[in-house]
Amino acid sequence: MSKKPKVAFFDFTCCEGCQLCAVDLTPEQLFDLLALVDIVEFREVMTDKAESYDIAFIEGSISRKPDEERIKDIRARSKLLVTLGACSTIAGVNALRNFYPDDELLRLVYPGHPEINHTTIARGVSEVVKVDAMIPGCPIDTDEFLRVVRDLLLGKKPEIPTYPVCVECKMNENTCVYEKGIYCLGPVIRAGCHAICPSNGGYCFGCRGVIPKANIESMKEVLQKHNLSAAAALDKFKLFLERDKEIFPDDKN
Amino acid sequence: MTKIDVHHVTRVEGHGNISVDLEKGKILKCQLAIVEAPRFFEAMLRGRHYDETIIVSSRICGICSVGHQLAALRAIEDAFNVKISEQEKCLRRLLNCGEFFESHVLHIYFLAMPDFKGVKSIFPLAKTNKDVVVHALNLKRFGHYIGGVIGGRLIHSTATDVKAMSKLPTKKELEEVLKRLHEAKEELKQGVSILKGLKFPAFERETEYISLQKKGVYASLEGNIYSSDVGEIPYKNYRDVVNEYIVDYATAKRAKHNRASYMVGALARFNNNGQWLSDDAKQIAQDLGLKSPCYNAYLNTVAQFVELVHVADDSIAAAKSLLNMDLKLEERSLTVTPGSGVGAVEVPRGTLYHEYVFNEKGIVTDANCVIPTGQNVNNIEEDFKALLPSISKKSQKEITLLLEMLVRAYDPCISCSAHMLDVEFV
Repeated sequence: MSKKPKVAFFDFTCCEGCQLCAVDLTPEQLFDLLALVDIVEFREVMTDKAESYDIAFIEGSISRKPDEERIKDIRARSKLLVTLGACSTIAGVNALRNFYPDDELLRLVYPGHPEINHTTIARGVSEVVKVDAMIPGCPIDTDEFLRVVRDLLLGKKPEIPTYPVCVECKMNENTCVYEKGIYCLGPVIRAGCHAICPSNGGYCFGCRGVIPKANIESMKEVLQKHNLSAAAALDKFKLFLERDKEIFPDDKN
Repeated sequence: MTKIDVHHVTRVEGHGNISVDLEKGKILKCQLAIVEAPRFFEAMLRGRHYDETIIVSSRICGICSVGHQLAALRAIEDAFNVKISEQEKCLRRLLNCGEFFESHVLHIYFLAMPDFKGVKSIFPLAKTNKDVVVHALNLKRFGHYIGGVIGGRLIHSTATDVKAMSKLPTKKELEEVLKRLHEAKEELKQGVSILKGLKFPAFERETEYISLQKKGVYASLEGNIYSSDVGEIPYKNYRDVVNEYIVDYATAKRAKHNRASYMVGALARFNNNGQWLSDDAKQIAQDLGLKSPCYNAYLNTVAQFVELVHVADDSIAAAKSLLNMDLKLEERSLTVTPGSGVGAVEVPRGTLYHEYVFNEKGIVTDANCVIPTGQNVNNIEEDFKALLPSISKKSQKEITLLLEMLVRAYDPCISCSAHMLDVEFV
């Protein structure tokens, strides 16, 4: 029997894009990874199943009553549990549905369907069970995933940035998105994505979640300086950050 | 009495169950239930600004994110009567090429092939067939590479924007793309011998094949709807084609048109539009014994491989066009007009429709997304019914495998459809 750590991937409510990023590896990277760990369960690409896991990667939000039991069962059988991507880390885009009452949702999408009895609001995994490490992003950054795996295999606690996207954006020498008169959540959102959206002509809509000790007041000043309304900024927060809604800037600004 | 109950079919994208009950060769129950958690995207898109439909709808599916973005864009352009430039068209073709490589390669080698090799995933093949795994990863990574150059990244591309692509490739990058497209075509030639080694089950059931069609081209990002039963249908009339309805044992909506079921995807496109494939793609189809019309759904996997050759050729043409243009960032101005728009595009698994209704401020007041897998579910069940009598004397294990392989051949994308997969022999 092999003594290699047993690694598993599980998906809940999500698009499964983060799993695809996790296997977006060069042949060398894949063979190195397979030399270090045993991938024992990964439904999207494997038929096998296992009893227990050293590291369980969880993709997706908890949004149904049966999901809650399933994640508790996986937690009980896992030494380490790691979230993979925005949906499991911060509930992500799924949490947009939390702004709608259940009956309205089901009436709109599945009129008269029995699924209504199973559906709950969308939550991140840490709202239901203990999480040992997180890999944020929509989707995840493959290099960050590999760094976290390496740290976990070395027995270290994985470190992810606690500074905002603006830091990386400035390092990329981008013109500030606000200078273009566009809303951007970069000042309060966790870096680690290499500011990929603003660097490619877009803006940050917060998929990696709010940093600890986010300076919302300073962001309000930036909004004021550029004559942008806080109410409209608040609306951008809704896209990925419903679970952090207590820090949203109020619309009286 | 044979009961088959596959809970959460593996090696498919998303969650679905197969449930079959056979008695003396008679089918008592035969269901393919998609049980993915409901996603409520149509509701979540309401109240969002038109430019956010791309960000939100992209998240319906990781593997078809480019397709969802392009369908949303086409719908917005339809609603606001926007014409797109040749530059934008070529960039979208290249981005779409990235998605077809990622998606088709994942399906052919990672999801379908293990059944033919008698293994449960591609990972054991890393020891026994290392060259095949390296070949598959090279092709899959090519999809990510080209998506990165054009979209910033392939999955949830960051450059796709209603104001036209917000990032442009440099001339040097385009030259590299062109070089690597030729290398990908060489890699695909290696794949022909691998595909020839796969013994596909014999099975035939003729059905209605639906895809986009635009005469003269192998349609992907524009065209009207074409049905092998009734011919051309304007894309705006997609609701008359899909006729969506729900069943109480699944969260995926279903579709039917002229008969009990129809098929979308690579095989439907090959049957409807095969005459417009590139010469090299036609040659590879011939080498692999794929002839139009083909009524064996298991061969959808082969049709996907043929499409990869075509997509590479189409992208070579697009990259050459771009190299002859003086690329400039476009700042299209949109004039918001209240009303609705429909976007119909071919994504790896079939025809995808997005429709939005916008108010005078450009805010979404209604949204409808019709996903290829939802359209294929009835056809998979009809295939089950046609296949089961001829295999009912086989062992439960053999029947289960043949049903699972059939489901996988359709390359169902369940995240997308839940709006799919476990085989349940009850």
